[in-house]
Amino acid sequence: MAVTASQDMSAGQGTAAGSLTAADGTPLKQRLAQALFRSRMRAFMLVCPLLAFILCVFAIPILIFMSRGFYDNTYERFMPDSAAVLQKWDGGSEPSEEMFAVVAADLVKARSHPDKPVGKVATRVNRELSGTRSLITGTARKAKKMEAPFKDAMIKANKKWADLDTWQALKVAATTLTPAYYAAALDMQYTATGEFKAQDELRQIYVKLFLRTLEISLVVTLATLVLGYPVAYLLSTLPNRISNLLLILVLLPFWTSILVRTTAWIAVLQGQGVLNDLAVFIGFVSDDDRMSLIYNKTGTLIAMTHILLPFMILPLYSVMKTVPPSFVRAAKSLGATNWTAFWRVYFPQTIPGIGAGGLLVFILAIGYYITPALVGGQDGVMISNFIDNHMRSTLNWSLAAALGGVLLIFVLFLYWLYDRIVGIDNMKLG
Amino acid sequence: MKTKPILLSALGALVFGTAAQAEETITVVSWGGAYTKSQVEAYHKPWIAKTGNKIISEDYNGGLSEVKAQVEAGNVTWDIIDVELSDAVRGCDEGLLEEIDIVDIPAGADGTPAVEDFIDGAIRDCAVANIVWSTIFAYDTSETTGVEGLKDFYDLEKFPGKRGMRKAPKANLEMALIADGVPHDKVYEVLSTPEGIDQAFAKLDTIKDQVVWWEAGAQPPQLLADGEVVMTTAYNGRIFNAAIAEDKPFEVNWDGQILDFDLWVIPKGAPHKDAAMDFLKFSTATEQLAAQASYISYGPARRSSGPLVGLFNDGKTEMAPHMPTAEANLKTALVNDFEFWADNQDELNERFNAWLAN
Repeated sequence: MAVTASQDMSAGQGTAAGSLTAADGTPLKQRLAQALFRSRMRAFMLVCPLLAFILCVFAIPILIFMSRGFYDNTYERFMPDSAAVLQKWDGGSEPSEEMFAVVAADLVKARSHPDKPVGKVATRVNRELSGTRSLITGTARKAKKMEAPFKDAMIKANKKWADLDTWQALKVAATTLTPAYYAAALDMQYTATGEFKAQDELRQIYVKLFLRTLEISLVVTLATLVLGYPVAYLLSTLPNRISNLLLILVLLPFWTSILVRTTAWIAVLQGQGVLNDLAVFIGFVSDDDRMSLIYNKTGTLIAMTHILLPFMILPLYSVMKTVPPSFVRAAKSLGATNWTAFWRVYFPQTIPGIGAGGLLVFILAIGYYITPALVGGQDGVMISNFIDNHMRSTLNWSLAAALGGVLLIFVLFLYWLYDRIVGIDNMKLG
Repeated sequence: MKTKPILLSALGALVFGTAAQAEETITVVSWGGAYTKSQVEAYHKPWIAKTGNKIISEDYNGGLSEVKAQVEAGNVTWDIIDVELSDAVRGCDEGLLEEIDIVDIPAGADGTPAVEDFIDGAIRDCAVANIVWSTIFAYDTSETTGVEGLKDFYDLEKFPGKRGMRKAPKANLEMALIADGVPHDKVYEVLSTPEGIDQAFAKLDTIKDQVVWWEAGAQPPQLLADGEVVMTTAYNGRIFNAAIAEDKPFEVNWDGQILDFDLWVIPKGAPHKDAAMDFLKFSTATEQLAAQASYISYGPARRSSGPLVGLFNDGKTEMAPHMPTAEANLKTALVNDFEFWADNQDELNERFNAWLAN
């Protein structure tokens, strides 16, 4: 605002009195622009280190990794000739002799390549169709001795080359810019003819996990709100001396390692744990019928609610601190009941705190990983645990990237929705 | 991950003996617990004494993820890793591991060339086996008696209670089929058909509610000791260690045991490749493999080590009957088919995870 105002002013003066000049004779307008540019540059230089840091260690690595979700050149890089031929094939007709010949030739080339990429290519194709790994590595060993007609030679080497499935898997693997991983992340299969079809029912898992992740995150957000709101209210109304003391009780677990808190919950909730022992002792449950509170969804919900509670209490507290108590007193003196005074006067003023706390807890919960991994058992694990699984044990980093991409899009969508409904300006962190 | 530098203090004097070689520190990665301990005793300590080099011993839970991450990032910190057979094959396929030339591997103590001395399949393009281990099931004899075979593992009426199983399809699917009456030599044939996979999962379904899933090899003996499970699948050496070294009343049932190799591999671009190679050659020599067998009940991968295996290090337990390769234990044994797993693990892992989550 200040910039445009001063520019207008100088422009105005300029037309009124010819052209105004600075002491050294340059037009004033130009000098002003220079001064403004310098101050902007100075501001930019100040944030530059942080910007560069975020770009280098956050934005660029994420973008590079996410590109793996739709870009996989393993096949095309090592077997370029057959990739080109497979691209031209319609994916449904009988594979031609040319296709057999060029795949055989590429296999010979790949086998003599110093990087030994046959295994990499085989692993890539195997992701599309189980069993093709040994087919490709096995055929590559024999490919050098093959002679035309290659169709017969390859089918003789392994009869799986006669299957259309094999060739369709090759075609999908040969597509470098591929939607196959994103399709897999949504329980679908990308076929050689360019269609998407539902994954075999017994292998469908990711959509279900996304929904479960959403459900757990929502329940945890709601639970932290219900539990945290009265605590924050109490803290904000007590005299400072006492509330500061109580605030330490909120912060103490916040400062404790997540691992320690999670394992503490295991000790409390497990079959032979404190809570079950107590319940058996008072006769609430029988000894043979102990409650299963951990290694399932219940365990995940309890532990996550506890761990994320401070993220709800702190924004709520800081907002409630700013609500003048005289407003509620005024409402009551005008005849409002306790409930009306709370609901119509106090509560609306705490909405920015609820918005901030809710969004914070929800976003943290949706990507939560270590707690569900430790206490989630089978039905309490979340999508992040499967991203981890593909990163660490199956080594399918492309699928991990696609799952992460879907999660990111999902979170951005929710953020947009939140902005539309509540308004992002209507949020206060402190 | 736990890093534990091995004590070296007493060995300083020996450094001068091999002054020609600069002192190096290599990172040896293995499975932790009783198993790593047996390697420290049988391989690390004598090697440190011989060469004056140092060893940092790290634990991991198997899989190639860390190796892949290190190799792809060009920042390899591990020098030599103890892996399962299917990972050795896959890692070699994917170009993550250094190739090992067979002529570099020394002959056995009796002069047999390495190719003949090692058990079939123990030397691969990128890996050399050190032990033969197996997945078995075990139980606490003070609580459970009269177990006949794998069928009983799935019999919740005769033996009610929780079962411990590794959270992975490997070994579980094979054992489920054997328990369902498939002859042990037909298991992979059946498992190669869609109906066979359905059959295995259907069998797993019958005990699904009762399963406690474990991931680290040290967990199953702990689960048994805590009474969390009545029976559990486990790596045979871990149960042996608990039973003999820690005097727990655990018993191994060898019916349908699944044999597998553990192999040394060197990641591509290992920082101390030559020293790691030296360690590999040293630790897979006849004496070292035999020495390891006196600390844990895993069979040595060299034939020439067999006759040297004697007593457990307590000085009284005969090791032979506790070995997975003992004649009596091999009757219904199954050798892990790494080709099958390398081909099908993506699909079966997916299906197993979907099955678990439902």
